Amino acid sequence: MTTVRKNYGAAILEAFEYLLSRYPEVFVIGQGLWSPWYVGNSMTNLDKKFGTHRVIDAPVSEAAATGAAVGAALAGMKSIVVHPRMDFMLYAMDAIVNQAAKWSSMVGGQAAPGVTIRGIINRGGEQGAQHSQALHAWFAHIPGLRVVMPATVVDARDLLIASVLSGDPVLYIDDRWLYDLEEDLSPIKEVALSEVEPQTLKAGGDVTLVASSYSTKLALDAAEVLERQGIAAEVIDLRVINPYRSRCIAESVRRTGRLLVVDGGWAPCGMAGEVIASVVEQVEPRMLKRAPSRVTLPFASAPTSTVLERAYYPTADLVVQKTKDLLR
Amino acid sequence: MISRSLGRLSDSTQFHEPLDVAGQDRIVLTQQLEMMLRIRYAERFLANGRRDGIVGGPVHLGIGQEAVATGVAAVLRKSDRIFGGHRSHSHVLSMGGSVYRLFAEVLARRSGMSRGMGGSMHLWDKPNGFYGAVPIVAGTVSLAVGAGLAAKLQGVQDIGVAYLGDGAMEEGVVHEALNLARMLNAPVLFVVENNLFASHMHISLRQPSDSMVRFAVANDIEHSVVDGNDVVKTHQAADALVQRIRAGHGPGFLEAVTFRWFGHVDWREDIDVGVYRSADEVSEWRKRDPIARLYKGLCSAGWFDETTMAQLEEKISQEVQKAWDLALRDESPSIEAMSDYVYGARAA
Repeated sequence: MTTVRKNYGAAILEAFEYLLSRYPEVFVIGQGLWSPWYVGNSMTNLDKKFGTHRVIDAPVSEAAATGAAVGAALAGMKSIVVHPRMDFMLYAMDAIVNQAAKWSSMVGGQAAPGVTIRGIINRGGEQGAQHSQALHAWFAHIPGLRVVMPATVVDARDLLIASVLSGDPVLYIDDRWLYDLEEDLSPIKEVALSEVEPQTLKAGGDVTLVASSYSTKLALDAAEVLERQGIAAEVIDLRVINPYRSRCIAESVRRTGRLLVVDGGWAPCGMAGEVIASVVEQVEPRMLKRAPSRVTLPFASAPTSTVLERAYYPTADLVVQKTKDLLR
Repeated sequence: MISRSLGRLSDSTQFHEPLDVAGQDRIVLTQQLEMMLRIRYAERFLANGRRDGIVGGPVHLGIGQEAVATGVAAVLRKSDRIFGGHRSHSHVLSMGGSVYRLFAEVLARRSGMSRGMGGSMHLWDKPNGFYGAVPIVAGTVSLAVGAGLAAKLQGVQDIGVAYLGDGAMEEGVVHEALNLARMLNAPVLFVVENNLFASHMHISLRQPSDSMVRFAVANDIEHSVVDGNDVVKTHQAADALVQRIRAGHGPGFLEAVTFRWFGHVDWREDIDVGVYRSADEVSEWRKRDPIARLYKGLCSAGWFDETTMAQLEEKISQEVQKAWDLALRDESPSIEAMSDYVYGARAA
């Protein structure tokens, strides 16, 4: 099978091109879509290829643009909304949480808005507290939403397509720090989002590392370092955090007896806590060699200073160190 | 600076006279009278059912406001995309929605419009063009813009319709939605039922002007303002706006001034809890009754009399009673329904 080497951003672009060319009911709305500025290389020239009527650069109105995408989905479109920074998406919470997520339940399953809301995590570079947030855990709390956090290049592409074709409201979260990640890509595969499970990216018997999105990259980088030191870490990428499926994680921890969760959000009521809770609910205490542990952001808003940013964001070194703590 | 106020339209002592029906279609008017009676009788059942503890959840009644939905629905198609809010019984019935299935829904029975999962505040009747009503104030306004935009992308002449109130006009997203609709040239009709109250608060305590079309002016949207208790004028104004919208000229905005006889929620008049809502004021507004005014207008034209009215009232009364009795016998949704509908059925 022929493969093409692509980075994460280009893979997202390929997904958009595939969707817009194959599915006439797909349209995209959001801010910055006619500018290369906001979304990296992930949407370059889509407006020119598919027309500004299908790739709509919206007024500065996150709430209405998202609501409009939900309404269009209820009217048979496969809508995509783009929020170049997740922080601004908070203006659209009603459309996402009250409307899109609950619509099917409220109307007895007779209609569901097939809308994909792309929220981009875009941090670092001294952008500070309101331009840096990773709020995925909030949305994993909401029944009716699907939340997708691709960590690999192939998932960035194929899970975007799966999101748009799923028929449900989906929050698709990509992280700008992954855009340069490269992989050899096979041709596009349409997959059913409802069947996507967490994936073991690296097998190992000493410890289980669980992560999603950019944190998966940290876990993989850490696992490589650990491997050179004779420690076999198993890395599981969550891929879809809502609905969260814990079965394979519990299975892995039963084998390794040790769990470290790496998450790009804060610890309290966060995704890492959910993963740990799901494991201790399923795995007998006697099978746990150590208490599970997590790597998250410090419980503080993102700083601006580069010096402080270095201390704020978890690194692969930190994951290595925390993993070794579990093995001591 | 644009200075606007509703003037006579919000004066409760005005517009008590019978409607002028000269030159109107007798059959259409008779159907509208019938529809308004149906809506009123249905809501009376819900009011009493709530009072007597048969209806378990809140009901937001629009008795006194029947002419707005009835006049607007006269120019809508079942392929249009209509959205409402917390006070939407009239919106769904005016499109031909079944009284029985509305009752079943309000009573939370599985035979209801939303399969008993929504109640009064979450209504769905897409086969009749009613895409949904939900109770977050202004929550569906931008959805209607999107549904209208979808019609444009799909190359059909259907339109989105957003019913909202004067209270919803105070939500920020409405102003985003108006601007977005105008900039995208979206085929959508905004119908503002200005009943001068948001919950207990009179509009004079909430906004510097009682005129809602000033926001259409601000967004360069074609607009009309009418006595919303005059079904003829409401129908005509909606017709002119909707023709323009269907022809591809972008959104329209209809402000229909009206008044609800009952309080914000349930069967009481809420004289005691309302700010600027006196018994005298409610009593004056009852004289602007949209049903009585149409009936008297029809009588003046010689098209209707006491006997035909009594026959019509009896017919609708029986129809509604039958629907109520039927709905009361229906079952609740299954316990499994809670989980079954979390994600959509057409999920890949």
